[in-house]
Amino acid sequence: MTLLPTHTEKTLGLVIDLDTCVGCHACVTACKGWNTENYGAPLADVDAYGAEPVGSFLNRIHSYEVQPETGGPAQLFHFPKSCLHCADAPCVTVCPTGASYKRVEDGIVLVNESDCIGCGLCAWACPYGARELDPSEKVMKKCTLCVDRIYNENLPEEDRQPACVRTCPAGARHFGDLSDPESDVSKLVAERGGFDLMPEQGTAPVNKYLPPRPKDEVPEFDILAPYLEPVAEEPQGFLGWLDKTLERIG
Amino acid sequence: MHPAPSIIMFSALSGLGFGLLTMLGLGFPEVSGWVAFIFFAIGFALAGGGLISATFHLGHPERALKSFTQWRSSWLSREAWAAAGAMAVMGIYAALIIFTGTRVAILGWIGAALSLLTVFTTSMIYTQLKTVPRWNHWSPPVLFMSYAIVGGLLMAGQVSVAVPFLVALGVLQVFAWVDQDRKEAASDTTLATATGLGHIGTVKAFESPHTGGNYLTHEMAFRIARKHAQTLKIISVILAVVIPVALLLLPFHHLLALLAVVSHFAGVAAQRWLFFAEAKHVVSLYYGR
Repeated sequence: MTLLPTHTEKTLGLVIDLDTCVGCHACVTACKGWNTENYGAPLADVDAYGAEPVGSFLNRIHSYEVQPETGGPAQLFHFPKSCLHCADAPCVTVCPTGASYKRVEDGIVLVNESDCIGCGLCAWACPYGARELDPSEKVMKKCTLCVDRIYNENLPEEDRQPACVRTCPAGARHFGDLSDPESDVSKLVAERGGFDLMPEQGTAPVNKYLPPRPKDEVPEFDILAPYLEPVAEEPQGFLGWLDKTLERIG
Repeated sequence: MHPAPSIIMFSALSGLGFGLLTMLGLGFPEVSGWVAFIFFAIGFALAGGGLISATFHLGHPERALKSFTQWRSSWLSREAWAAAGAMAVMGIYAALIIFTGTRVAILGWIGAALSLLTVFTTSMIYTQLKTVPRWNHWSPPVLFMSYAIVGGLLMAGQVSVAVPFLVALGVLQVFAWVDQDRKEAASDTTLATATGLGHIGTVKAFESPHTGGNYLTHEMAFRIARKHAQTLKIISVILAVVIPVALLLLPFHHLLALLAVVSHFAGVAAQRWLFFAEAKHVVSLYYGR
């Protein structure tokens, strides 16, 4: 059913820390690995060693350069992007077959691949580029929030989180229930001012991004300076005479 | 947006087909016997051919029937219902005219309304997308339906009515292009809102996630030939409006009328190509395009 639920019991999602992400792409690899070997159609790579390799990924890392208005050097941010499991997911309502749906129990947006006709309209409806049509299976692939890990009692408890979160070496990705104000992720969002991507699109994304912390400013101050002789601005003595003489000649 | 030939042919052909069926349903012209058979056959061939062409775009056309299920929320599903309804009602209407010689006017009106409704649902598939500012605009429904009506008038040989409608369509199209440019320029979705980093300074895409393309860049970040957009717009108006009007103002001849239809169709195809090629999806911002 492609009508969106009015309320979900939980609101599972990710919190991504732009201050911490080092852009190593480990989450991309872990995601591709897990989601190729487990739930749903594998994530294909076509022409992998040829001239135009193309493949489906559920998570991609962009990099952005930001030039501060106040001057100073540009800052570089690595920017992981996967499905934001929007509360008002436009990808779900446009689906003609009911293959796309948002779960009432936890708010995860999923695709029932056996109902997907591969029309691609949901990918058009998503402003974030979170959905990709698999080049081999011709069904729509998207982040499942590793639904086959997070409830999987065959896995050790520490592994019951999305592969991207589990693998992140920098701790830039966090997983939890964003509808519970007491959850770690909710506290993190409150503390760090987590924000939505493209809020004007009206999708009410569940995933939040934590803004980069302001850069430290090193003051122009040298602790030894008061004890040092000031360096002469004007050359003195012989050098001073030479400087003046050369200036006179030249 | 990537201008997929199957989708362009679908929207141009089915628009013309449903336009003709609309006219036949309204009784312009009132046809019977063999003439009716040929008119309806052309209408069904164009509309049905367009629908078949659209299925080439699907990854799994064998599951296409599932698209009838989600009419409550999905314009694509509503399109499937409207198209099937229009074909069915017009089919009965046509069969009664051809085989029994009776024209059930009310059936024709319902068929005409469903035919236009089909074109409307097609256009709503694009208009509903907030992600494509050029499409999220009043013009796709108005233009798609206008093109269908004008194409239908041409196909149905309603020469005297077609001329003023063609001129009006040309004016409407040019106004729509100008207003779409304004809408796209005024879009409040930027790389700053897309990344949330705008408060620090000017955001610029530094590196793509990968060196090659992907489904998103192929499908939605289409850039080729946008620079020829202005030339193509002029060509499309000349083909769709100017040439047909000129041909129809000459003393009537079936060959000239046919040429007018062919020229109009070529113009519509060029317009639809631009409709996709010019449309910019907000996801292209993430890719620095």
